[in-house]
Amino acid sequence: MGKTKEVVYGLYSDEQDLLKAVKAAKSGHMEIHDVFSPFPVHGLDPILGLEESRLHIAGFIYGMIGALTAFLGMTWIFTKDWPIIFGGKPYWSVPAFIPITFETMVLFASIGMVVTFYIVCGLGPGVTNETLHDRLTDDKFAIAFNTHDVTVDSAKSFFSQTGASDVNVKVL
Amino acid sequence: MSAPVSPIRPPLIEGHKSYHDITNDLVSPTERAPDKSWFIAFLLSVTVLGFGIFCILWTIWHGIGTWNLNRTIGWGWDITNFVWWIGIGHAGTLISAILLLFRQKWRTGVNRAAEAMTIFAVMCAGLFPLIHMGRIWMAMFIFPYPNTRGPLWPNFNSPLLWDVFAISTYFTVSLLFWYTGLVPDFATVRDRAKGIRRKVYNFLSFGWTGSAKHWQRWEALSLVLAGIATPLVLSVHTIVSFDFATSVIPGWHTTIFPPYFVAGAIFSGFAMVQTLMIITRKILNLQEYITIEHIESMNKVIVATGMIVGVAYLTELFISWYSGYIYEQFAFFNRALGPYYWSYFGMMFCNVVSPLFFFSKKLRRNIKFTFFMSILINIGMWFERFVIIATTLARDYLPSSWSFYVPTWVEIGIYVGTFGLFFTLYLLFVRVAPVVAIAEVKSILKTAGDQYVGPNAIHSHHHDDHDDDHGHSVPAHDDDHSYQEANQAGATSTATHAAATKTGIIEDDLTKIEGIGPKISQTLKDAGIYTFASLQQSKVEDIQRILDKAEGNFMGNNPESWPIQAKLAAEGLWAELDQLKDKLDGGRIA
Repeated sequence: MGKTKEVVYGLYSDEQDLLKAVKAAKSGHMEIHDVFSPFPVHGLDPILGLEESRLHIAGFIYGMIGALTAFLGMTWIFTKDWPIIFGGKPYWSVPAFIPITFETMVLFASIGMVVTFYIVCGLGPGVTNETLHDRLTDDKFAIAFNTHDVTVDSAKSFFSQTGASDVNVKVL
Repeated sequence: MSAPVSPIRPPLIEGHKSYHDITNDLVSPTERAPDKSWFIAFLLSVTVLGFGIFCILWTIWHGIGTWNLNRTIGWGWDITNFVWWIGIGHAGTLISAILLLFRQKWRTGVNRAAEAMTIFAVMCAGLFPLIHMGRIWMAMFIFPYPNTRGPLWPNFNSPLLWDVFAISTYFTVSLLFWYTGLVPDFATVRDRAKGIRRKVYNFLSFGWTGSAKHWQRWEALSLVLAGIATPLVLSVHTIVSFDFATSVIPGWHTTIFPPYFVAGAIFSGFAMVQTLMIITRKILNLQEYITIEHIESMNKVIVATGMIVGVAYLTELFISWYSGYIYEQFAFFNRALGPYYWSYFGMMFCNVVSPLFFFSKKLRRNIKFTFFMSILINIGMWFERFVIIATTLARDYLPSSWSFYVPTWVEIGIYVGTFGLFFTLYLLFVRVAPVVAIAEVKSILKTAGDQYVGPNAIHSHHHDDHDDDHGHSVPAHDDDHSYQEANQAGATSTATHAAATKTGIIEDDLTKIEGIGPKISQTLKDAGIYTFASLQQSKVEDIQRILDKAEGNFMGNNPESWPIQAKLAAEGLWAELDQLKDKLDGGRIA
């Protein structure tokens, strides 16, 4: 995605070390490019200053679109396009529309959210993202600084102070 | 990971696993060549599947006449099997969605396999209505799309069409939920692989990197999907029950059907999860991840839902008698004492009586017994659907049209064939994907690993915030603060040496002094000490007074070495300062 960037990163072996180091970097006003972990680390988002994900708002909108599509579609079909009386019920039999309206709402919300998730994360079938280290999906945690924001030397001393290993520079 | 953990919670991950051990254990089944037993099971499944496909083609070629359905019994094994498979498909989403909302940690051990099971079971289920249509090439008529027939639309008021929407939505959502959970684990497999295998898993992992923002969105997505999948899973079997409950057939036309079907679905779904997991954990050596605690938890769900089903059966009986409606009364009399009495008593025994054994803790934790029970329950739940469908239809309003029904070899073949499909897919899944959700298990390690909780714990919980290596070096709680401060002092020392503040005053980074953390640094700055030079000139007593006055517990901090350190820092003698720091203990002169 976009321009290549050069990052300097260090690996931590435990999420508590990672959290401490992120805190230290934040209090030292070092701008963190990204943090990588093999599983979601609890308590990381507020320290890192990540805003809450707005995915659920998107999900709500997709769900509403789905519900309206189904309900208005059935209404149009059964009152305007091809009205049929089933079992003496009115053309516009709202209670009978509820199950399909609900299912379509769930369908639209989940497909929409999942597709949005992959698009905003830049993930998807056939996407190859350069990774920093093969152990980052295994048992290591990394902090990466963009070399534009933090010089390699200060990053290196930061990593040695906070107990990081495998400090390296890589172009993403 | 400092979430409170009850000391009585048993561990869910055994064997003192490290993160790397978890990766190794859970990925390795996909990395080694399959053994002989896998090949035998796979060949057997594919053979059975092949026979099932043959029977389906036979049905399509010759027509539904190859089944023993007749004018009276219009739904036989086909719909029985459909409802049975759909019920089995309920446990996966229940485990992943409802238990996620309830924050049940034990779900992490079994959710992946249960979700896979859901998807495969729904595939098996979906086959039956399709071939039951007879002319399967007309299947697109069930979808509402502008067509050349008028356009003529499907009947949106019909529960049969609701089923189409419910099941296709359920399948889609389960698939998305499952795959989104798999993406980070595929990335784990990818990063251990080489060559073509790496390329394949790179494709499957969608380019996952494990970035913090991605994890945050991933968790948000999982939570919202769980939130909407929860009413979805309840709606699916509710709608399946509407296929019966909205009819005017005695024995079907009851309002108890939706809750009773949902409970029955969860009941049979968990039984099938037990059957599969007990085999899987043994063959793939996952006993440390799918522990006896997981099995017992599922048995508790089984006994609870089994009792709901039992109460529903008895309520149905009572209401049919109490209604005073003779057709309804006859329907239930016929179920229990009619020509299919054996299926009714099979159902009653397997679903109502046998789960009560699980009130015994000893039996809940007995793996062989659980396995036996899980099979029994699945037989019982199949009987339940057969009783509701075939038994009820066999004796309708007119005695002249009463009938009896036994399946033909084609119907049996299709049913057996769905087992072939189910196990073929499951066996492939076990080879390709990690059977246990790696990332999710890692995220509960600190709160559910047996080195942290339970009788074999070796790490104390009171110092959860600390490094495990250093936690023991902190004897008293009062010292915690200075320990943290000292630690942070080291951590932040690479920050810029001197930074100009907004007001233009030159500041030094005081946290470079051992013993000063960000909080103390701020306190000193508030008191007018901005630079190493001013700190160097301050008297120890004055610094102590500043600390004493300040809010916050700095009692454990001793500033006696700070002016000395500051002198070296002010003169830029960093090497000397580092030497001095080595001699100091948390900023104290040792």
